[in-house]
Amino acid sequence: MKPFTYERPRTAADAVAAVLRKPGGRFIAGGTNLLDLMKLQVETPGHLVDVQDLGFNKIEPTPDGGLRIGALVTNTVLAADPRIKRDYGVLSRAIVAGASGQLRNKATTAGNLLQRTRCPYFYDTNQPCNKRQPGSGCGAIGGASRGLGLMGVSTSCIATHPSDMAVAMRLLDAKVETIDDVGTVRSIPIADFHQLPGTTPHIETILRPGELITGVELPRPLGGRHVYHKVRDRASYAFALVSVAAVLQRDGSGRVAVGGVAPKPWRVEAAEPLLRRSSESFANSLLSGAAPTEDNHFKLALVERTLAGILHEVRA
Amino acid sequence: MEFSAPSPDNAIDQLKIVGKPTTRIDGPLKTTGSAPYAYERHDVAADQAYGFIVGAAIAKGTIKAIDLREARAAAGVIGTVSTLDYSPLALGPMNTANLFGGAKVEHYHQAIAVVVAETFEQARAAAALVRVDYARSEGEYSLDRAAHTAVSVPPEEGERRAVGDFPSAFAQAAVTIDREYTTPGHSHAMMEPHATIAAWEKGRLTVWTSNQMIGWGKRDLCKAFGLKPNQVRIDSPYIGGGFGGKLFVRSDVMVAALAARVVGRPVKLALHRPLIINNTTHRAATRQRIRIGAERSGKIVAIAHDSISGNLPNGKPERSVQQTTLFYGSANVAVDLRMAQVDLPEANAMRAPGEAPGLMALEIAMDEMAEKLGLDPVVFRIMNDTQVDPTKPDRHFSERNFVECLRTGAERFGWSDRPAKPASRREGRWLIGMGMAGGFRNNQLQPSAARVRLRRDGKIIVETDMTDIGTGSYTIIAQTAAETMGVKLTDVVVVLGDSDFPVSAGSGGQFGAVNSTSGVYAACIKLQSLILERLGFDSADATFVNGKIQVGSRSVTLKEAVQSGELLAEDGIVYAKGYEERAQQSTFAGHFVEVAVDSFTGETHIRRMLAVCDAGRILNPITARSQVIGAMTMGAGAALMEELVVDTRFGFFVNHDLAGYEVPVHADIPHQEVIFLNKVDPWSTPMKAKGVGELGICGVAAAVANAVYNATGVRIRDYPITLDKYLANLPRPD
Repeated sequence: MKPFTYERPRTAADAVAAVLRKPGGRFIAGGTNLLDLMKLQVETPGHLVDVQDLGFNKIEPTPDGGLRIGALVTNTVLAADPRIKRDYGVLSRAIVAGASGQLRNKATTAGNLLQRTRCPYFYDTNQPCNKRQPGSGCGAIGGASRGLGLMGVSTSCIATHPSDMAVAMRLLDAKVETIDDVGTVRSIPIADFHQLPGTTPHIETILRPGELITGVELPRPLGGRHVYHKVRDRASYAFALVSVAAVLQRDGSGRVAVGGVAPKPWRVEAAEPLLRRSSESFANSLLSGAAPTEDNHFKLALVERTLAGILHEVRA
Repeated sequence: MEFSAPSPDNAIDQLKIVGKPTTRIDGPLKTTGSAPYAYERHDVAADQAYGFIVGAAIAKGTIKAIDLREARAAAGVIGTVSTLDYSPLALGPMNTANLFGGAKVEHYHQAIAVVVAETFEQARAAAALVRVDYARSEGEYSLDRAAHTAVSVPPEEGERRAVGDFPSAFAQAAVTIDREYTTPGHSHAMMEPHATIAAWEKGRLTVWTSNQMIGWGKRDLCKAFGLKPNQVRIDSPYIGGGFGGKLFVRSDVMVAALAARVVGRPVKLALHRPLIINNTTHRAATRQRIRIGAERSGKIVAIAHDSISGNLPNGKPERSVQQTTLFYGSANVAVDLRMAQVDLPEANAMRAPGEAPGLMALEIAMDEMAEKLGLDPVVFRIMNDTQVDPTKPDRHFSERNFVECLRTGAERFGWSDRPAKPASRREGRWLIGMGMAGGFRNNQLQPSAARVRLRRDGKIIVETDMTDIGTGSYTIIAQTAAETMGVKLTDVVVVLGDSDFPVSAGSGGQFGAVNSTSGVYAACIKLQSLILERLGFDSADATFVNGKIQVGSRSVTLKEAVQSGELLAEDGIVYAKGYEERAQQSTFAGHFVEVAVDSFTGETHIRRMLAVCDAGRILNPITARSQVIGAMTMGAGAALMEELVVDTRFGFFVNHDLAGYEVPVHADIPHQEVIFLNKVDPWSTPMKAKGVGELGICGVAAAVANAVYNATGVRIRDYPITLDKYLANLPRPD
């Protein structure tokens, strides 16, 4: 861990100003990912601005019938909230499919969206990684890539976004609320929030320097059946090989978002009408343009089969 | 005490304390976090500084230069140590990878420098400032690529690799199979990292560390530093798991000792998880071929087992074939053990080396053969039991109750309910299957010594360099001393893991429990004779019961016996030359597993596990059960998820942390049942017990594999059995 300075402001305006004031400034909330990366010197911020005292820790109704989740609401609190469990079951299920109880107690809503890939080459500073060190190459391409991505990837990077929560948020069309140093408030559709790697895999979100997430807004409930199926090599405490979030309606319509395959939660709205037809036709459309490696080619079939299992259960 | 013939009745046979379910006497210390593990021994040496190891960033090559200037200038740094300042430290006889010194890099994350600072954080930050200039060399990192270069490893003394005429018998056999199996490298993945505090005082080195084999460690440290035995002390009273990864002193011990000498202060350091995986040892990956020929009746007439593993030059092979000459009766047997050079970290022992990966293959092959013969796999194994060593038919097993393991297991597990046809049982979306496998592991005899004192307060103090790696050594040693001396368990104090104590068998090869308790028994018998001598009693009629020595009508308490001063006895168990050759001592198990496989996703859940173990007398059913269920868990990991993933371009284990190297979590492990046959084996030792801690893993992975086959109809011969390997062939619901 590289030595760093630390402060803990009381207002969002102070926090945003503070993170821009010193070079290498970073926000920290739960720290469940950032601190690990700092210990390994994958991340080397010079200054940490702790946002824990900013008060963004409420879950409130919105005027149009949705919920606004404060950026600092912990994963544990969010997953257990009765309104979330009742109206946004897929979100609650996705959250408890991730990490461990201890980590979810610390991890926050905003931090979860901003967690970084678990690609092993990103984690080992001896290895090439365009995300960690732009221009150094990608160790994973041609290396061990069983857990890595096949959708939206590039020749620079095949990392996946590891979050379960974000997959459900994407399914629900959540909006990420931010504030910047001049007080501008943005509401970013989650579909636009995470960026594909292209030639700049170190740029992972649309956030501008100093821009702070203040909350996440969920639109009014969708109804329907909510399912989150996370497939992994062990029953708990593992990242998804593939995860499928679905909300399915009685009339056969539905939405599906997939985790574990791309640098962001993967959803193709245009494919969703095909859900009425079959899991195969939907999956073929969802995964068209896939660029699998030899190691992760199985994810194509796994997405389809996982969805088929969901449809089988829901429509039984 | 020399052991040269099967044991007659003795004090242990009273079974007042030995054999009773006794909770671990060190349990409260561990559950309250107060057992002092190596890194937490803040009180043993004042002014401890923190070291942090720099691991090589390449897998093979030469270090041209190491620039330590920036690191030395960093906050809190006290000193640095560079591999370029030393010749390679002399290695112990059981290791091959250089631990420190010299410019040559033999494997990824080899220790090449150490930074010592006032705090851990300072040392770690400064270590990141060490600049190294490497010249990379070409290396071979793929066992598959190197396999064709593998050469046969000569048999060890007394090892028989062939009997009869395998090629002819196989060619003439009515039913045959010829299959290849692969097992990946495994990491010990113990909870406690390798950790050491080292201090020098007047040329004498003390290391407080975490080590399974104190005697070996002392030997290797003396050699590495050119010290005499009285100049080295190792202390390792509590060990947070080892599984073979701590059989040897590793780089943490070596560089802590060097760094402590350089900075003139005690230095503590630990290996972080990536270094545990790439800097220390691991279980080698194997490529195995098994051929079995049988008569139509099911009688095996020919069996051959070939195994290839990789290692650094002068390393040892993974002895995956060693059970195959002993497990099933066959007149024609041939095994071959080959090794290829690969430039990966050192392959060495991990829990049940040889048998664990060997049975992963052999016990799938037996399942395949049973199916081909149209026999139930339990029946097929029973038909091929042997009571003699097939390679030396005049040599019998000391005790072999493998058939009873299988019969008991089949009955208790409800084996008769197994779907005879694979992929034929469904519960909704789940495919249900049952599998079984045999378990086999030898019982090894090793000398083991102890010192036993009768203190003036009547307490018995046992001192031996035996270790407790979470196995229950403290408890079974206390039970042994209490039983032999006729005192309560609470009147015994056991002190372990200090090289100033008599040399024990140590913890390894599932030989720790039986040999170390036998050594303690021997020392107690000697103490008895010293007590009787002091009292002037005739030893032939004396009994030690209820804290008293009784001869006829005379009775003296132990406390009274030492009023004039405490008594101390030192002795150990040694085995007469050639004794082990008289009978084959082995342990046996029947493993039974039920799985459910999701017919959509291929996810496998283990639903039930049963092990029936034949391992001689069980000294303590609680600690023995803990050993077996832990081993079954490790076997489940080997079956379904554990794999050191090799980057065959850069030469390292990629998944070098516990997020990437997945071991089972609680949610993966169902109810585990363990049955001990508890048949005494007087051939083993005065304890009449045998090892059990490694038996528990032997065969488990194959039982899971066979259950997955029974559930799905898809046979996977490449571990771990992850869903990507069978998804395409998995039958969906109609």
